[in-house]
Amino acid sequence: MIRVSNLSKTFTLHNQGAAAIPVMEGATLTVASGECVGLTGASGAGKSTLMRMIWGNYLAASGSIKVGDTDVATAEPRQIIALRRATLGYVSQFLRVVPRVPTLDVVAEPLRVLGAPADEARSHAATLLTRLNIPERLWSLSPTTFSGGEQQRVNIARGFAHPYPALLLDEPTASLDAANRETVLALIEEAKGRGAAILGIFHDEGARARVCDRLVDVTAFTPKAVA
Amino acid sequence: MKMEPITATPLLRVDNLTKRYGSRIGCADVSFDLWPGEVLGIVGESGSGKSTLLSCLAGHLTPDEGQVIFDTAGGPRDVLRMTEPERRRLSRTDWAFVHQNPRDGLRMGVTAGGNVGERLMAVGARHYGDIRDRATDWLGRVEIAAERIDDRPTAFSGGMQQRLQIARNLVTGPRLVFMDEPTGGLDVSVQARLLDLLRGLVREMGLSAIIVTHDLAVVRLLADRLMVMKSGRVVEQGLTDQVLDDPQHPYTQLLVSSVLQV
Repeated sequence: MIRVSNLSKTFTLHNQGAAAIPVMEGATLTVASGECVGLTGASGAGKSTLMRMIWGNYLAASGSIKVGDTDVATAEPRQIIALRRATLGYVSQFLRVVPRVPTLDVVAEPLRVLGAPADEARSHAATLLTRLNIPERLWSLSPTTFSGGEQQRVNIARGFAHPYPALLLDEPTASLDAANRETVLALIEEAKGRGAAILGIFHDEGARARVCDRLVDVTAFTPKAVA
Repeated sequence: MKMEPITATPLLRVDNLTKRYGSRIGCADVSFDLWPGEVLGIVGESGSGKSTLLSCLAGHLTPDEGQVIFDTAGGPRDVLRMTEPERRRLSRTDWAFVHQNPRDGLRMGVTAGGNVGERLMAVGARHYGDIRDRATDWLGRVEIAAERIDDRPTAFSGGMQQRLQIARNLVTGPRLVFMDEPTGGLDVSVQARLLDLLRGLVREMGLSAIIVTHDLAVVRLLADRLMVMKSGRVVEQGLTDQVLDDPQHPYTQLLVSSVLQV
């Protein structure tokens, strides 16, 4: 479902003497449907960079990134927009939302974008928020006022609202207590069970051991000149 | 399910659009496609040509060169080669323009209901009861209480005026909306509400929109795609989060790194 081959990335900082910094070279990996692959490597090794390139907010210098039939490395913006709507989900470490929109609507949004009726989308959102222990009295409030852990859980609820065939998870269990961590791991297992291809970054070794079928160390993709 | 299929025809195709003011460049060689349901943000500092571009697209200014092909009901047509009545008809039925200052887009001496109803009458609505019902419905959609229908916009706050302008523009079900700094001049809390409203309307009506703004936070939340202008030229364009998170052009890098983090 996800097939990355020979991917490279260079940052050029024009306002700092046009410094060109190669950060990735020859990155190659696949994630099959129903499989969860964990990215490992020290902080700064390029795990999040690789994930962002698959999501499409970082441009690839060369190589290909196939998600289903779309090559994110060369696709038109509108093809990536369509891919993100229906096929590729992403739970980042940060929640970015329009201020003052109720939590329930934030979580229902991915379904609304796909054309689901408001009440249906909201009831599905409510189920997820309940599972993730966000008390109902908070649903009508904007998550921007929530604690870090609550925001993280809202972000996860939103990421799992639509059954994406491919899913990127950046530290989904960070800053969660034991009960919520358990729920997130169960959500990941359910997604695998329905055939989702999942690529994740987990610093939590127990979580990694439980949900990941394979690990890929991104250190192998660090450019030789830098390493 | 209202899924926008990936269509083969863009709603708007802009080709090498150029507008000069004497020897000065307003905007030059601007080309892009806008697809149905897409929101395009245009950013750049004051004087970068973004408002000139918007005015040329909307037919308020006549460009010196280029084409603006709009996918009309009768097939793609070059808007710049239409007759004036044809273009005026298009701007009433298929297009809408939301001005930064609501006073430029509203008739301040006419009631809120009248402002919305006038647009309907311009496209042929004649039945008073129907017009008033639809005006009331639209005031509700932009969160203006029905009992304010007979008040004039002069009695409204800035945020309410802006929402009224949006109702007036969208009541006729346009396919393309031009917006010039739609949240400019509003308090941040009012801006947030307006952003949410615009997002909902774009989604529910399947609208395409072109939004000119200097506010990068606004485009991140509202626009699918982003175009960065400097000195009348497009220096970079792409997916909104790609342009903001991994800017390629020196000017975009400077623009993104200059934003204060809150």
